[in-house]
Amino acid sequence: MSFARESLLVAAKDLRIEARSRVTLYQVLPFGVVVLLLFAFALDPDRGQLSRVAPGLFWVAVLLAALLAVSRAFAIEIDNGARDGLRLSGLDPAAIFVGKAAAVAAELVVLELVLGVGVFLLYDVELRSAGLLVVAALAATVGVAATGTLYGVLVAGLRARETLAPVLVLPVVTPVMLGATRAWEAGLDGAPSEGWPWVALLGLFALLYGALGTLVFGPLLEET
Amino acid sequence: MTHTADDANLLPRRVGAAVGLFALAALVVLAILGLAVAPPDDVQGDAQRLMYLHVPTAWLAYLAFGVTALGSALYLWPRTRSNVWDRLAGASAELGVVFTALTLVLGSLWGRPVWGIWWAWDARLVSTAVLFFLYLGYLALRRIPGAGREQRCAIAALVAFVDVPIVHFSVEWWRTLHQEGTVFNEELSAQIEGVMAFTLVWAVVAFTAVYVFFLDRRYRLLSLEEEDERQALEQAIADRIAEGRGRADAVGAGVGS
Amino acid sequence: MSLVVRLRSAVCLLDRYPALAGADLDVERGDVLLLSGANGAGKTTLLRLLAGLVSLQSGTAEVLGHDLARDRRGARRELALLGHETACYDDLTARENLRFAVEAAGKPAADADAALERVGLARRADVRHGRLSAGQRRRLALAGALARQPRLLLLDEPHAGLDGEGRAVLDDAVRAAPMAGTTVIIASHELDRARALATREVEVVAGQCVARPAEWELARA
Repeated sequence: MSFARESLLVAAKDLRIEARSRVTLYQVLPFGVVVLLLFAFALDPDRGQLSRVAPGLFWVAVLLAALLAVSRAFAIEIDNGARDGLRLSGLDPAAIFVGKAAAVAAELVVLELVLGVGVFLLYDVELRSAGLLVVAALAATVGVAATGTLYGVLVAGLRARETLAPVLVLPVVTPVMLGATRAWEAGLDGAPSEGWPWVALLGLFALLYGALGTLVFGPLLEET
Repeated sequence: MTHTADDANLLPRRVGAAVGLFALAALVVLAILGLAVAPPDDVQGDAQRLMYLHVPTAWLAYLAFGVTALGSALYLWPRTRSNVWDRLAGASAELGVVFTALTLVLGSLWGRPVWGIWWAWDARLVSTAVLFFLYLGYLALRRIPGAGREQRCAIAALVAFVDVPIVHFSVEWWRTLHQEGTVFNEELSAQIEGVMAFTLVWAVVAFTAVYVFFLDRRYRLLSLEEEDERQALEQAIADRIAEGRGRADAVGAGVGS
Repeated sequence: MSLVVRLRSAVCLLDRYPALAGADLDVERGDVLLLSGANGAGKTTLLRLLAGLVSLQSGTAEVLGHDLARDRRGARRELALLGHETACYDDLTARENLRFAVEAAGKPAADADAALERVGLARRADVRHGRLSAGQRRRLALAGALARQPRLLLLDEPHAGLDGEGRAVLDDAVRAAPMAGTTVIIASHELDRARALATREVEVVAGQCVARPAEWELARA
C-alpha cells in the first residue's frame, strides 16, 4: 500500500475516533475558549490593550490546547494495547506519524476557527489581510502538530508523561509562537507585508519538524 | 554491550587531575586579571568586568549542548553505538544547564547597574533562556528509566539541538525589529584590545578547563552507576537460571521414566 | 526441514528483570507447538519476543528467516499475535476495527467482513468494541489474527476468555494450519485442550525452555 494511503488510513482512523468520542470538541475546544476568557479577565478589558495583544493570546491558547490534543492522540493508543497493534500492523511508522499529525492538525484547525471567531468577538480587532492570517495559521498548525506528535510518541507510555510533554514541547515551538504572533499582528492591525517573512519561517519550521518526525517516529514507537 | 575498564573514564586519571589543577590556577589568575589588571570601561565602569564571566559561561552553555548533541548523534549511529556517548551526552547536559543558568544570572546582574533593569529583552539572553528550558526538558527526560532510555534521550537531544539555530535566528530578528540596543552587543562589537582582549581569551580558556574537569568527573560517576547496574543484572540472570535448573530437576524427578 | 523459529540463549528484560534468561528454541514449519509452564515463567515474553515487541538483551533470534536484532519489522508482516489485549479501539465498531487491521496489512477490506463471518460476529459487526462482551472481543481479536493469513500464528492463552463458539473456531483454525503451511505456537494453561491440538510441547521454566518429551507425546509416539 502506498505511503499516502497508509497515512490516510491512520488519519481517518484517528478522526473517526474523534467523531465518535468528541473529546476534542467537548473538552479541548472549551479549554481553549476558557483560556481566552481568562486572559481577558487577567488583563484590563480596556479595548485598546486587548486588541493589541490579541494575536499573542490567541496563539498561546492554541499552543496550550494543542498539548491536550496531542496527549489525547496518544492516549487512545494505550487502551487495549492498541500501540502493539500499530507496531504489528505492518504500517510504515513514517506513515503513522504523518497520519496522526495530520489528524491533530485538522483538529487544531477547527479549534483555531472557533477561537478566531472568539478573538474577533471578545477582543475587538480589525482584519487587514485574511490571506496572511490563513496561510500563517496553516503553517504554524502543521509545525505544532508535527512537533507535538513527535514528542507525543517519545513520551507515550512513560511515567509522568502529562507533565513531561509540555516541558519538552513548549521551548521547542517558541519560533512558531514568535512567527505566528508577528504574522497575525501584521495581518490584523499592522502592515501585512511585514508578516510574510514570518510565514516563511513558519513554513521552514513545519518542513523541518515534519521531516524529523517521519525519521524518528519508527525508532521511538518501538521503545519497549 | 560489553563493558570494559577502558571506557569507564573520559580522561586518564592523571590528566583529569592535571586539568583540575590547571582550572583552579587559571581561575585565580583570571580573578587577578579581571579585577585588578584590566582597566575599567569608559562607559560602564567596573560593571563591565562581568563580561569576563558572562562571555565564557555563554560560550560553554552552547558548547556543552553541542557536545550533548554530538554524543547523541554518535550513540544513534549504529557503527559507533556505545554507552560512552550516552554518558558523555548526559554529563555534558548537566554541566551545560549550570552554565546556562549562570549566563542568565550574570546577564541580569550586568544589565542592572548599566540599564537599571533586571532583565533586558536582549536577543541573546532570550535565546539563552530558551536554551535553558531545552536543557531542563532533556534532563527531565533522562531521569525517567525504562527500556530504550538512551535512544529516546539521544533523539530528544538532537531534535532540540536542531531548534537552537532557529530559535536564535527568530529571536534575533524579533528584537532587531524592535530596534532595541543591547548591553552586550555594544561591548563586544567595540574594539577590545590589549589587556582586555587577553583577559577575555584567558577567561574562556579557564572556564573551558573547568568544564572539562567536571565533565570527566561526572562521566566517571555515570560509568560507575552503569557498572553497578550491569552487575546487578548479571546476578539477576544467574539467579533466574539457577531457579530454572532447580525447577526442571524437580519436574524431571516427578515424571517417572 | 525449515526452521520457522530459532532462538539461542535469548535474554529479554522487562524493566531490568530477566523474563527470559537464556531461552533456546527450534520450531519447524507446520509445527503446532504448545508452550506450557507456570505463571511468570516467561511464556508471554517469549511470544512477544517472537513478534518483535520486546528486544533482545543478548542471544540470537531468527523468526521466518529474519534476524530480530536487525529486522523486526520484516518478520512481523508474516506473523500474527493473539495477545492478552485486543489492540482495538473502543470507539470504533468491530467491523471498523477489523477493516483497519486488514487494510493496514495490505489486504482488501472485504476480507474483514469474511473474517467476521468466520468467527460468528457478523451480527455484532456494527457494535462498538467498547460495548462488546469479553468473549466477543476475544473473537474479534482472533478474527484479526486469522485475517492476516500469517505464516506464523502466536496464540497467548487463546482459550481463556473465549466462549464455546469461539473455542470451536479457534480449534478449527489451529487444526487447519499445518495443511496451509502455517506454524502455530500456543501458550496455554488449559493443557488438555491444547495438547489435543499440539504436535509438540515445550515447558517454559524460569525464562528458559525445557524441551523434554512430555508423557503424552511419548504415549502418542
